[in-house]
Amino acid sequence: MDNAYDGLTEDSEEKHWAFGTGFSTALAGVDRAVPSGVDHDVLAVYCLMLGDDALIYSQRLAEWCSRAPELEEDVALANIALDLLGQARLLLTRAAEVEGADRDEDALAYLRDEHEFRNVRLAEIDCGPGPGGDFATTIARLLVMSTHRLALLQRLTGSLDPVLAAIAAKGVKEVAYHRDHAAQWVLRLAGGTEYSRERMVAGLERVWPFTDELFATHAVEAAVAEAGVGVDPATLRAEFDEVLDTVLRAADLDRPDVRQVAALAGRAGRDGVHTEALGFLLAEMQYVARSMPGAVW
Amino acid sequence: MDLEREFERVVAADHRIEPRDWMPDGYRKTLIRQIAQHAHSEIIGMQPEGNWISRAPSLRRKAILLAKVQDEAGHGLYLYAATETLGADRAELTEKLVEGRQKYSSIFNYPTLTFADVGVIGWLVDGAAICNQVPLCRTSYGPYARAMIRVCKEESFHQRQGYELLLTMMSGTQQQRDMVQEAVDRWWWPSLMMFGPPDAESSNTEQSMLWRIKRHTNDELRQRYVDMSVPQADKLGVTFPDPELAWNADRGHYDFGEPDWTEFWQVVKGEGPCNAQRVEHRRKAHEDGAWVREAATAYAAKREKAA
Repeated sequence: MDNAYDGLTEDSEEKHWAFGTGFSTALAGVDRAVPSGVDHDVLAVYCLMLGDDALIYSQRLAEWCSRAPELEEDVALANIALDLLGQARLLLTRAAEVEGADRDEDALAYLRDEHEFRNVRLAEIDCGPGPGGDFATTIARLLVMSTHRLALLQRLTGSLDPVLAAIAAKGVKEVAYHRDHAAQWVLRLAGGTEYSRERMVAGLERVWPFTDELFATHAVEAAVAEAGVGVDPATLRAEFDEVLDTVLRAADLDRPDVRQVAALAGRAGRDGVHTEALGFLLAEMQYVARSMPGAVW
Repeated sequence: MDLEREFERVVAADHRIEPRDWMPDGYRKTLIRQIAQHAHSEIIGMQPEGNWISRAPSLRRKAILLAKVQDEAGHGLYLYAATETLGADRAELTEKLVEGRQKYSSIFNYPTLTFADVGVIGWLVDGAAICNQVPLCRTSYGPYARAMIRVCKEESFHQRQGYELLLTMMSGTQQQRDMVQEAVDRWWWPSLMMFGPPDAESSNTEQSMLWRIKRHTNDELRQRYVDMSVPQADKLGVTFPDPELAWNADRGHYDFGEPDWTEFWQVVKGEGPCNAQRVEHRRKAHEDGAWVREAATAYAAKREKAA
């Protein structure tokens, strides 16, 4: 065993690299034709909405990498960020394909400006490790976002668009774990020390003002729900409330008594009207890709 | 005395020492130090690459990089677990790291300045780590050897991904090719230093070789690394910044120049470009998270009491 790489090679022709990649495509075999009667532009924008939620939220969660309170938690938060990034890639790819404008996932992620992003504002705000929050705020957002997304994806498994249905079926398993992880931490922080309880209460108060936006029906969402390919978020509210109440009751916490952040002349994240935070997030995320036109990665 | 003879017999026969077996104190201490340093290196090593997660220029590269840095946290976890089988405590080892009382691989005290660094770290730094670590899959201490098998499998996957990023960049624009060469120029010498000082100046080698904690000398491993890396550089289309690098047909190996050992010792002693920053980052994460760990402990204790 004189060559370090030989010792690791398994059934590979390339002796200097160990282990093949052997990945399978997540949606292999799924029919990618858009169902008849469905408006392509509307479906594309809907895919952007769900994809941008996942992409922007993943970008925020990944900020914890190497900064979590414990190594196990570093692994867990990175895992959740990776799941969401995976969902974002499938959804943006679907959006690009349905839109038919010769863009791909990267063109959508890196070459759109703030007002073209369709994510809810809760996905983009800083909830820690930056100055906008801490671990408890991060957990509060994870509870709210994952409860909303799990309810949404569960309904979406019945979408008439086979691609969205398949993406949702894959995502349900992932987001169920995200929600469980968040709920367990809410119990620990609320029931841990006096200080951790204060932080948990403050964290919920930080994210709660952005919850109503999750359930406000945008015209695109109404249209896809009508066509049987998407979900009207207003129909998720009861389930969301029930889950949140169950977790808060178990943690002996009250629902935060705080005002909601209003939309701007009726327009919010789903319309491309965001908080000041998104511009900075995108500036950081996009600058390498934009500064080297024609580059391949 | 019988215990010691049994220990020596097991080690000499290339069998494994397990946590409950008797072992000399020196063996235990040396192993704890070596494994802890390795664990610290994995954890500190998350930072230079983590530096580029938010800016990765494609979603695929972002996913690969995030997964890789996550793997490093996982490696740190199983290595700390291996030290715990020797009676060490993870929290204490972390204290030693953030107080600067225990070291980690000096390579992570260099900055990552462009996205090409992500590929070059995968190719060269992980490549050098693999050369160092593959022999440790047969090291005499069982839990360490088993942890290293898993670590090496993942490292080798990371190396492949890093090299693939560089191949892709080299097929792109001239600006990208220049970026790759510039990153290679910065990382080549530090990667050679990862094997430690020349054998003549390496203090721990002899005893560690006897205990089968270490299986090859620093210079042997360095030579092996150079011999493997040169053909890969050719295939990639980059050069190493060493005018003395040349094939020596008599030896059947590449000749290469001497790394700047003054720089090596400077960085080891804490004067590298990022030493203070890396430790401070880890210290801050550890301290900022203290209340969360306390809450989890308090909650678990309450639950136990209630049960």
